[in-house]
Amino acid sequence: MTGTLKRHAPILTLGSLLVVGLFAPLALKLSAPGFWLEVLLGGLMAGVLYSLVALGFVLIFKASGVFNFAQGAMVLFAALAVARLSERMPLWAAILIAVAIMVVLAMLIERLVLRPLVNQEGVALLMATLGVTYFLDGFGQTVWGSDIYSIDLGIAREPVMILGEWIQGGILINRDDVAAAVVAVLLVGALALFFQKTATGRALRAVADDHQAAQSIGIPLNRIWVIVWSVAGVVAIVAGVIWGGKLGVQFSISQVALKALPVVILGGFTSIPGAILGGLIIGVGEKMAEVFLGPPLVKMFDLAGGGIENWFAYMLALLFLLVRPEGLFGERHIDRV
Amino acid sequence: MIYRENGQFKSTYRADLQMLPMLQDRVFMAAFVAFAFLAVPFFASNYLFLSLLIPFLILTLAAIGLNLLVGYCGQISIGHAAFMAVGAYAAYNLVLRVPWLNFLVVLVLAGFIAAAAGMLFGIPSLRIKGLYLAVATLAAQFFTDWLFARVKWFTDYAHSGSVSPAPVELFGWRVDTPVEKYLFLLGVLVVFTLLAKNLTRGHLGRAWMATRDMDVAAEVIGIRPIYAKLTAFGVSAFYCGVAGALWGFVHLGSWEPLAFNLTLSLNLLFMIIIGGMGSILGAYYGAAFIVVLPILLNQVPQWLGVPLSTATASHLEFMIFGALIVLFLILEPHGLARLWAIGKEKLRLWPFPH
Amino acid sequence: MTFNRRSGLACALLAAAASALVSEPAFAQAKEQFFPVLVYRTGPYAPNGVPFANGYVDYLKLVNARDGGINGIRVSFEECETGYATDRGVECYERLKGKGPTGATAFHPLSTGITFAVTDKSFNDKIPIITGGYGRADSVDGTVFGWNFPLGGTYWDAADILVQHVGKKEGGLDKLKGKKIALVYHDSPYGKEPIALLQERAKMHGYDLQLLPVTHPGVEQKATWLQIRQNRPDYVFLWGWGVMNSTSIKEAIATGYPRDKMYGVWWSGAEPDVTPAGDGAKGYNALVFLAPAGQGQVHKDIVRHVYDKGQGAGKKEEIGDVLYNRGLTAAMMTVEAVKRAQVKYGKKPLTGEQVRWGLENLSIDEAAIKKLGFTGFMTPVSTSCVDHAGARTATIHTWDGKKWNLQKDVYVADQSIIKPMIRTSAEKYAQEKKLTKRDCAKESQ
Repeated sequence: MTGTLKRHAPILTLGSLLVVGLFAPLALKLSAPGFWLEVLLGGLMAGVLYSLVALGFVLIFKASGVFNFAQGAMVLFAALAVARLSERMPLWAAILIAVAIMVVLAMLIERLVLRPLVNQEGVALLMATLGVTYFLDGFGQTVWGSDIYSIDLGIAREPVMILGEWIQGGILINRDDVAAAVVAVLLVGALALFFQKTATGRALRAVADDHQAAQSIGIPLNRIWVIVWSVAGVVAIVAGVIWGGKLGVQFSISQVALKALPVVILGGFTSIPGAILGGLIIGVGEKMAEVFLGPPLVKMFDLAGGGIENWFAYMLALLFLLVRPEGLFGERHIDRV
Repeated sequence: MIYRENGQFKSTYRADLQMLPMLQDRVFMAAFVAFAFLAVPFFASNYLFLSLLIPFLILTLAAIGLNLLVGYCGQISIGHAAFMAVGAYAAYNLVLRVPWLNFLVVLVLAGFIAAAAGMLFGIPSLRIKGLYLAVATLAAQFFTDWLFARVKWFTDYAHSGSVSPAPVELFGWRVDTPVEKYLFLLGVLVVFTLLAKNLTRGHLGRAWMATRDMDVAAEVIGIRPIYAKLTAFGVSAFYCGVAGALWGFVHLGSWEPLAFNLTLSLNLLFMIIIGGMGSILGAYYGAAFIVVLPILLNQVPQWLGVPLSTATASHLEFMIFGALIVLFLILEPHGLARLWAIGKEKLRLWPFPH
Repeated sequence: MTFNRRSGLACALLAAAASALVSEPAFAQAKEQFFPVLVYRTGPYAPNGVPFANGYVDYLKLVNARDGGINGIRVSFEECETGYATDRGVECYERLKGKGPTGATAFHPLSTGITFAVTDKSFNDKIPIITGGYGRADSVDGTVFGWNFPLGGTYWDAADILVQHVGKKEGGLDKLKGKKIALVYHDSPYGKEPIALLQERAKMHGYDLQLLPVTHPGVEQKATWLQIRQNRPDYVFLWGWGVMNSTSIKEAIATGYPRDKMYGVWWSGAEPDVTPAGDGAKGYNALVFLAPAGQGQVHKDIVRHVYDKGQGAGKKEEIGDVLYNRGLTAAMMTVEAVKRAQVKYGKKPLTGEQVRWGLENLSIDEAAIKKLGFTGFMTPVSTSCVDHAGARTATIHTWDGKKWNLQKDVYVADQSIIKPMIRTSAEKYAQEKKLTKRDCAKESQ
């Protein structure tokens, strides 16, 4: 991991400086540096949420070469399961049962969707996962309902003010955002441990590297895919619980997961650190653009309001791609004729 | 045996190169077009026109456009409803600000404006490909969603952001009854289909198909990627722009920016996947499937006498839709057009199995 | 082998599709008045769409069960799911407009976007579009919008009343000068509708209006509320729907904006909007028009005639919720319009055009309200050919964590500002669509 960091250090610094530097002058012109810090923190927290969803994408793509468009629907399904189950039993029990449900879902998807489509090209698999998205959306709501459900994580929603002595008014921090960041760090740590230290993790890395070689040394591909989709399912549960605790669990969560796509293309489809870093960059970039670029643009062009953040993430990712077509940490692929 | 195509010899190159070289195909096509123009207006109900046929015709046009890009040129795009939006708003602004233009001219101009937008958003395809490009095209989708909701000039400063143009008027003929709309759209569709078919049979189509199959090899043998990819984006955006203008003017009558959202883009993509990528006929089949399916799914529970709440019916629709997409991809990845081709093959040999 | 499986599947699908095209569902030729019910029980707007739909449908069932129909003509209805999407709404409209012996009675689109789309069609189809408390604000003018009925008030009325209330809180409308008001609105025709009036009033009173659109579905509001935190407006008006409402309140809590300075329009002030935010939503205010939360005589009737027979559309505990009551009043006004039209046209199933006469001559006064069992849950409505709204009053209620508490003051929207705006806007529409205005005097003969 440090090797990758070292190799990409120039791009990393460039990227982060670009984003931060772009908005620092604006911030300094404004009279509230504290506010700028708040937006930065808000962006980082939003970025953490996106990274959680992007992790699921990356895991599945790394191991099975499938771009899982259904990750958002999986997050929704997992969140619905936890929310509805926790109405009847304590939260930890609900989460455990949800894990079991996601494992079963992973097995079903592997058996019914992936295995028959084994040798198809990327587009077909993408479309298949789109089909799974629609199916999960409908199925989740049929089983669990379409109302707004809440997941009570026991964290107070009122904000906390810190650094009150140094900056006037203090900086606003939300406790649930901090909890989310901590959980994300723990999750990435757990995943890193899983991949590096356990035999299954090694097998997963082998499959990600080269399917045929892995198969030839006896690694059962089908079972590995079930494991990968289950792990992605667990990541989806974590993302779902955190998103759901923050926003409430409802159908629209599966659409917010679309925001995780620019994160994945920015970070590279096959890189976990890329997913995290990409998420942070997108989150910060988005919020900064919305808060600081938005109002001047509105005044300049007489626009009917801001709302830039919806496409800004995609534009940012697009610009990065033009410079580095595989994303920050993605593997360079060489086309042979 | 029923369908004996042999014995038809061509004596000129021109005869050999025609679009429908077989007599049976020509007869069938002529009969079908005659049926569509002359017979359908008489026994189809208004409901059939408004809910099925008119959306079908417009979406087929858009699907042909997307198929040219994805099926023939191999560039994935999941944001094509953006170009439909560009076409619709361009047509609205042209009709508003240059009112003396004939509507057909407006359609073509709107198409060109959409083509320019398509080529602009197609520039990334020169550098990135595959899934990265697919996600990058989403940028077009979200950007146009934002643009038409925000820049008030496009909607003529309407408070509500929603536009409603007057009904289409062509050479003094006001197209406002369902039958008239149907005939107008059918005419436009037939012309554009011929255009598309000929494009794909010509030099440009071959460049596209070469880029789709092996773009590096195509570049090596001299097909410039800029030429192939950007013209593909441009032409497909042209078709989608015209389709978007027709969708807004003829089908909806009054629309808001959300009318051309991501769901429409994904539906277009499903149309060509289910219908068959790389085939004009596939666009027709796919559009028919996507237009009929939700209505079917709504009616079937009623016929079976099973009382379903609307919520359950709606969720079932989603589920069945998703399941059908996966099923189609597993059973016949080349779509309904391929099934039709297989059917024709079997008909040629019938009653013999091989 | 493969061919059989594949072609079999394809053939089955095509056959089913063909049969869908050819056959149309047969409707009962019985003497019935058909009510189409456009609902959204799925999607991001379901939490608000479901109680409204339940209220509407429960009232129709009550009319059949308790009164035996409208003067003996039974009510039949069919729900159609729109998911708040304009194209599905148009599709539902097309499918249901011809159903029943005399066609659809009236449509409640439940979405301003769908309203815009079907308004054009209503002129040809001659079916009333009832948009109580939503829809086009200029559709009050019945001479241009002959088939639209924003019964109870429009968004310009709502915005006007909010400004009046806020002015009253400040001690006078002149005290609003220099104050800051932020409008957090759903980025759709629904959310944009009040902007014109708020800008007009801003010019008059000198307050600073900040517009903050929230893109559908409305779960991403962090940046919006950070901007509010930066600008610190004195009041925030919320014009949201569906999951956007509860997200706004949650984000307000997260950024520390006092909820008692937040005022929601009448579609942003119901139980599904405040309960997800928990205790933090205490002090949030919203407009109320026609019916507040609570239970009255009509609810007892519904329990007795509908729920006790197991026919209820929703859960019994949800009767009396804000949106449920609103659905009740919407259904009640439609039924009363049919009753009124039956006075002129006879006690038989009526066409949309005949029902429109009833809607234009609707006069529900206090006595009628008492008779129907709606005391306390309905304001008097009196329509005419030029005034399709019939009422333009509202009050404010505040959430205390467990229930809504209604404030005493009743506000009336100031027509001196609104009427000219309606006139200009309606004229523009008539010009754009090349419509001839109706002559109300001639028609009422």
